[in-house]
Amino acid sequence: MSRTVVLVDAVRTPFGKAGSMYSGTRADDLMVRAMRGLLERNPKVAPSAIEDVAIAAATQTGDQGMNLGRSVSLLAGLPNTVPGYSVDRWCAGALTAMTSLAGAIAIGSIDIAIAGGVEHMGNHPIGDGIDPNPRFLAEKIVEQDALAMGATAERLHDRFPHLTKERADRYAYNSQMKTAAAYAAGKIQRDLIPTAARIPEMGWGIASVDEPPRPTTTMEGLATLKTPFRPAGRVTPGNSSGLNDGATAALLASEDKAKELGLTIKAKLVSYAFAGVEPEVMGYGPVPATIKALAKAGLTIADIGAFEVNEAFAVQVIAFLDHFGIADDDVRVNPYGGAIAVGHPLASSGIRLALNLARAFEEHPEVRYGLTTMCIGLGMGGSVIWENPHFSGGSK
Amino acid sequence: MTTEIKLPEGAPDEVVTNALVRDVDLSAFGYKGSLALITLDNGLDHTRPNTFGPQSLTALNEAITDAIGRSPAAIAITGKPFIFAAGADLSAVAFTTERAQIRAFGKLGHDVFRRLDECGIPTFAFINGLALGGGLEVGLHCNYRTLASTAFTGLPEVFLGLLPGWGGTTILPKLIGPERAIQVIMLNALNNNTMMKAKDALSLGVVDAVYEPADFLERSVSFAAKILSGETKIERKDYSNDSAWDAALATGKTAALKKYGGAEIESPMRALELIAAARTNTRGAGFDAEGQALADLTMADPLRASLYAFNLIQKKRKKVEGAPKAALARKVGKVGVVGAGLMASQLALLLLRNLKCPIVMTDIDQERADKGVAWVKNELAKLVEKKRMSEESANRLSLLVSGSADQNSFAGCDFIIEAIFEELSLKQELFKKLESIISPECVLATNTSSLSVERMSEGLKNPERVIGFHFFNPVAVMPLLEVARTSKTDDATTATAVSVGKELKKTMIICKDAPGFVVNRLLTRFMGEVTDAVDEGTSPEIADNAMRSIGFPMSPFELLDLVGPGVALHVSQTLHENLGPRYRISPTMQAMVAGKVRNFYIKGADGKFSANPEALALIKEGNTASTAEQVRDRALKALAIEARMMLDEGVVSTAAEIDLCMLMGSGWPMHLGGILPYLDREGISDAVCGQRFHAPGIASLP
Repeated sequence: MSRTVVLVDAVRTPFGKAGSMYSGTRADDLMVRAMRGLLERNPKVAPSAIEDVAIAAATQTGDQGMNLGRSVSLLAGLPNTVPGYSVDRWCAGALTAMTSLAGAIAIGSIDIAIAGGVEHMGNHPIGDGIDPNPRFLAEKIVEQDALAMGATAERLHDRFPHLTKERADRYAYNSQMKTAAAYAAGKIQRDLIPTAARIPEMGWGIASVDEPPRPTTTMEGLATLKTPFRPAGRVTPGNSSGLNDGATAALLASEDKAKELGLTIKAKLVSYAFAGVEPEVMGYGPVPATIKALAKAGLTIADIGAFEVNEAFAVQVIAFLDHFGIADDDVRVNPYGGAIAVGHPLASSGIRLALNLARAFEEHPEVRYGLTTMCIGLGMGGSVIWENPHFSGGSK
Repeated sequence: MTTEIKLPEGAPDEVVTNALVRDVDLSAFGYKGSLALITLDNGLDHTRPNTFGPQSLTALNEAITDAIGRSPAAIAITGKPFIFAAGADLSAVAFTTERAQIRAFGKLGHDVFRRLDECGIPTFAFINGLALGGGLEVGLHCNYRTLASTAFTGLPEVFLGLLPGWGGTTILPKLIGPERAIQVIMLNALNNNTMMKAKDALSLGVVDAVYEPADFLERSVSFAAKILSGETKIERKDYSNDSAWDAALATGKTAALKKYGGAEIESPMRALELIAAARTNTRGAGFDAEGQALADLTMADPLRASLYAFNLIQKKRKKVEGAPKAALARKVGKVGVVGAGLMASQLALLLLRNLKCPIVMTDIDQERADKGVAWVKNELAKLVEKKRMSEESANRLSLLVSGSADQNSFAGCDFIIEAIFEELSLKQELFKKLESIISPECVLATNTSSLSVERMSEGLKNPERVIGFHFFNPVAVMPLLEVARTSKTDDATTATAVSVGKELKKTMIICKDAPGFVVNRLLTRFMGEVTDAVDEGTSPEIADNAMRSIGFPMSPFELLDLVGPGVALHVSQTLHENLGPRYRISPTMQAMVAGKVRNFYIKGADGKFSANPEALALIKEGNTASTAEQVRDRALKALAIEARMMLDEGVVSTAAEIDLCMLMGSGWPMHLGGILPYLDREGISDAVCGQRFHAPGIASLP
């Protein structure tokens, strides 16, 4: 009874530096804005036709509490007949919101749904309010490093000594340059929903571009940055994603429903998988997750023509590429740059990967399959394989 | 901006509304260029709206200069969350003694606001929340306006005794035409300050677009981008040759006359003049005329009295003078209403809707009790039909109201109000009987209008729980509630009564149990002088019209018709017995009651009211006719004397409470300040009491 699930559209708010341009804006309002922007772009979808809403956040208290799936739907003006729920798989929240809803669509329990993710790291600093069970360390279930994401990235460098700091910096530099080029070509702006943001001392403004990118980054500059996670380490603020605020939203549907309503089809979901690894090297998670997703799809890595890999840390991306024998600067990978440049508001990022991949599909009808993948704290990875609806039957 | 504006002595410091400027890149909205966005924000939450005092206007002026300096494609103004701006800061106006200062303040507003029209850059007001008076006017100076769908807006100036004098009376008629301008400036303001909902403002043309608040600013900016690109066009009409001018102005005038019982009150008349002039004048000429009119109104007693009255009403709605600590109030979880007649049923409905607790009505037989309950339920059904109440709420409330012939059903009540026949012995007997059924803490309240509450409590085991709780007809509409304490009423009882009154959303005064309390005592005295004049031989036409020019909402005999001669006679008899012969009993009134002549004025076939010949025939005419001036003089003097006696007797402790009663209990107009400021400024208080009620400057020019 499995049915094909398609990505109809995806959008996001511009991302901000934590506590900066969105310092006076609530997380739920960011999510409302992304959702309304998505619906405004897709007028053929009657809000009442949406059958479920899943919204992710890594910290679910305060303005990210109150079951965002339901509360944001009401705040966004969806009819109260539309149900909603909240999702948490840390950084893979929005990715999981999509896969959960896709599962529901695939078995035929719903036809149209909205997935979303939001993280206001200014309002909810990473690790704020968590209370790790003392057993984790006392019983050596995990090592101390597993609880600090930067430390897990250092551990990846330890495990793979050939993934040097220089390579990580080079990767990060390229990410900044690719984002700058994509901005110059107007490729990123088209999926950003301009978002009103008030700062009490400054008044109202409208955020219409990402705040974090540093297009003036140089390799020399990156080399001078401190390594906050250990002395003489390799992980720096320059080769990591930052602390960010932002929200994303995606419209998913069964292929039949999308065709019936005449909706756009930007990507078709082929398979997905989540997998665990040692929590101390959580950045390695995308490797087993991708292996699993490929196996389920009956594909090999050679079939994948477009990659969107979340750049929590540069080392984690190059570890993934290294495993699959892909060059650090392969043009198929993150063509518009990634989280190192535009930011990583934790639970929102999965949908940003999907919307970038959808754009790559449009630009590359010769590509048939694409991958979105990301690492997840406490040792996991999540991967989704998508098929290009624009595929023209070329080589792959 | 030449005259320096100084804070007058005694005035509170201005709460300054800052004007913050930021650039908005319009490229995300499909237009190459930027918009300079000005945010009005006084730094306080939504309960303290943005206002425009001199410093705030100067801040806005600087922000406009800043915005222009950025060479933007457009300039827009918006507000802080939930609030755009609530208009001019009037807190200093009440202290201003120099006309030049008012002129300078008015001119500053014009000079700043008009830059938004004259700067040569397209301007927009993004009205994100409440916009009143000058708050809306700043938007009218802009070239385009958007409004949040949940925001309310309006020009309440005429309601306050002012007029929209920062461009409103000049720009609005030119923008939306005479009929709609009259609606907004005159009819809405005169209709108890009705504000426009967003959809009304849109259909009237006051704003160009309405957007939901969730993305109001983004959509407003998008609207601006579309205007700039030419994708959206807003057509403006020239109304100078519109055929509706005369009729519209006449409608406005009729409404103003009706509101003040036929009197030509200066503020609405001046507003009409300015609206009429807007047909052909230039904006500049209109602004000058507005400035003159504002200064004239502001430097005169009626506006000072209005501001006093407005502040009094606002303040006393929240804080009841002389109320015991709220913590002393007992919880009210079940209420009894004795009687199931119309008055009692109205009370039951009001209590039910607001307290949402079990309400027991009793009457002498089950049939009458059932009738009362049925009336209440039918009123609930009507509210559902008019979509003013949900079916669920009506279902909930219907189950809470019950009727019985057995007063034992009052057991467990925390508060009982009686509205039975106005006969002292009946009420005394009732309260005695109730004491055997209810707990010692249950409040026994009476809605009597003139009987002694003290005497109702005599002989009771717990006289401290008896209190007067006097409503005005119609009880659901009239905002005043007189709470009358006897010498024995304790604080817990009073606090409980006040807490019930607050639940009923009434404005309250706490008075001593004295005949007629405040409103009826003053009104009866006042009307008595007029009926006396008629009984003495003055023509009813002269007597009843003697005070038309003052601006009372209705003449004494019109009021008599509203109250009914029966009730009026009963009250005057009670007051005559208890307060003495200055409360005379009118033979004409007696004859009207005996002859069952219900009205002094009757409506003719043409819809106009004229004196009822049946009533005229009953007048026992004397042979001492008074002139209109004499009638007016004696009636006003009587008010002053009676008010002074009430203060001396301690019926209420402050003159302000008397004013509040007349404003809220009998709808006397704000430009009289209730009544005592008017008696002061006419010299009547001094003449008959040798002193004023209010010090100069309190509700008058200093």
